[in-house]
Amino acid sequence: MSGAHMSGAHMSGGGLNAPEADLAWTGAGDIAAGIRAGRLTATGVVAAALARIARDNPRLNAFTDVTAARAVARARAIDAGLAAGRPAGPLAGVPFAVKNLIDIAGLPTRAGSAINRDHPPAGRDATLVARLEAAGAVLVGGLNMGEYAYDFTGENVHDGPSRNPHDLARMTGGSSGGSGGAVAGGLVPIALGSDTNGSIRVPASFCGVFGLKPTYGRLSRAGSFPFVASLDHLGPLARSAADLALAYDAMQGPDPADPVCAERAAEPVSPTLDAPIDGLRIAIAGGYFRAGACLEAISALETVAAALRPVRAIELPEAARARAAAFVITTTEGAALHLARLRTRAGDFDPDVRDRLIAGAMLPAAHVAQAQKFRRWYRDAMLALFASVDVILAPATPCVAPRIGQKTLVLDGTEVPLRPNIGIYTQPISFIGLPVVAVPVALPGGLPAAVQLIGAPWREDLVLRLAHALERRGVVGAPRPPMAA
Amino acid sequence: MSAPDPADALIDAAAALLEIPLRPEWRPAIRAHLEISLAQARLVAAFDLPDEAEPAPVFGA
Repeated sequence: MSGAHMSGAHMSGGGLNAPEADLAWTGAGDIAAGIRAGRLTATGVVAAALARIARDNPRLNAFTDVTAARAVARARAIDAGLAAGRPAGPLAGVPFAVKNLIDIAGLPTRAGSAINRDHPPAGRDATLVARLEAAGAVLVGGLNMGEYAYDFTGENVHDGPSRNPHDLARMTGGSSGGSGGAVAGGLVPIALGSDTNGSIRVPASFCGVFGLKPTYGRLSRAGSFPFVASLDHLGPLARSAADLALAYDAMQGPDPADPVCAERAAEPVSPTLDAPIDGLRIAIAGGYFRAGACLEAISALETVAAALRPVRAIELPEAARARAAAFVITTTEGAALHLARLRTRAGDFDPDVRDRLIAGAMLPAAHVAQAQKFRRWYRDAMLALFASVDVILAPATPCVAPRIGQKTLVLDGTEVPLRPNIGIYTQPISFIGLPVVAVPVALPGGLPAAVQLIGAPWREDLVLRLAHALERRGVVGAPRPPMAA
Repeated sequence: MSAPDPADALIDAAAALLEIPLRPEWRPAIRAHLEISLAQARLVAAFDLPDEAEPAPVFGA
């Protein structure tokens, strides 16, 4: 296991004052408001974040790179701007970090791999990093992830596993494991992850934080290392729905650098977050989405549903087949992406990733074409459902965080391989790009579990509004782990 | 002499055609993953769609 690389700059000092004492659990909106009002300084906030990373990352292994010198310089510029009377952005001085498949200027984008460490350093930041910084946020580093994002565990053979702040012996969930651990552990209030089949929603569930997988094509993927072009999304993780909305609003908008990014003007959701939810038609997914779920996952789902009565039960059409089709597209597109590397550097991959990619390269192409045809059929069937429903509730994961190294999972009384089955409830949703907020529920056993709030395409406003309302009522919320006290 | 197992035959032929150098110790895992993928693919293939069904390789929500 290698420790996070610290780039320059001293991390001590910063002049912490009383309001900064609990910055580990202060949200992005409150930090930015404090800085704009002069109660906090960006330099102090960033120094405190860097100090927490230095203290806690050796246990969490969430960060693989810490961009301390850059962050300190950026924070000083924000404070100088405020002192000169220049307006501060909505994320002024808010520290954030990104999954290490997202470009950070000056660093090779490793994407969780050993192979990509040989790449030249990124020449510029990814679009989403640039947009968050334009809103005043301060990048503090890159985050651990499963190799090439083909992962639901948060384990990494090269960098070591990221560890769950609620129980260091357990998985963070993947593949955006460091993103989940960094936010749940109080290291940063906002992190970016990617979600191809569930890689934002799974760590949100295992680590007990909020995660937004927006509509496919909503947020630019420019400057991120791909996995499955048909299914890749980027999005934020945070400890509140309001912070998700702040980050999401700052990142929206077309981007010519990503051909999949929609030609759609930004539709800010923060202004309507407090709107009533009375009129929302809410349904709970049954059948496929209940079979196999552990007691904790069902308990989280029922907790949310009970707060939203009346909810009606619906069946999502052909969900198992949707998951199968996502599986087929993932393994074959992933294999196509990595074929040259499999020919020349197969021994340098994580064996768990390599063997699945090689198998994917061998799958006949006719199956992929059928999966893409089915995708359109399934999209049409799901859009028909949304004619009478606004938000669908479903579990995010079939289990709470497994132990690091665990290889199997009991689903419906049958022991099955863990890795391919963690995403059974997330895959049928991202398969057609629907927007989802994963909302965390604190459970008596100490390990959280998240519920998916699933919306129709482009209705991030509704799922975030519902998440925010559930949070205000105390139904959902990011539980604070003892280590972040 | 019995016929070779089709999955093993596919792995041998595809590895040769795709020029992927396989080590013998990787084969059990590759074979297991291939069988899982084929089972998922069969589930999708079993769904009856018309010839005119349009695929969605670049999905537009």
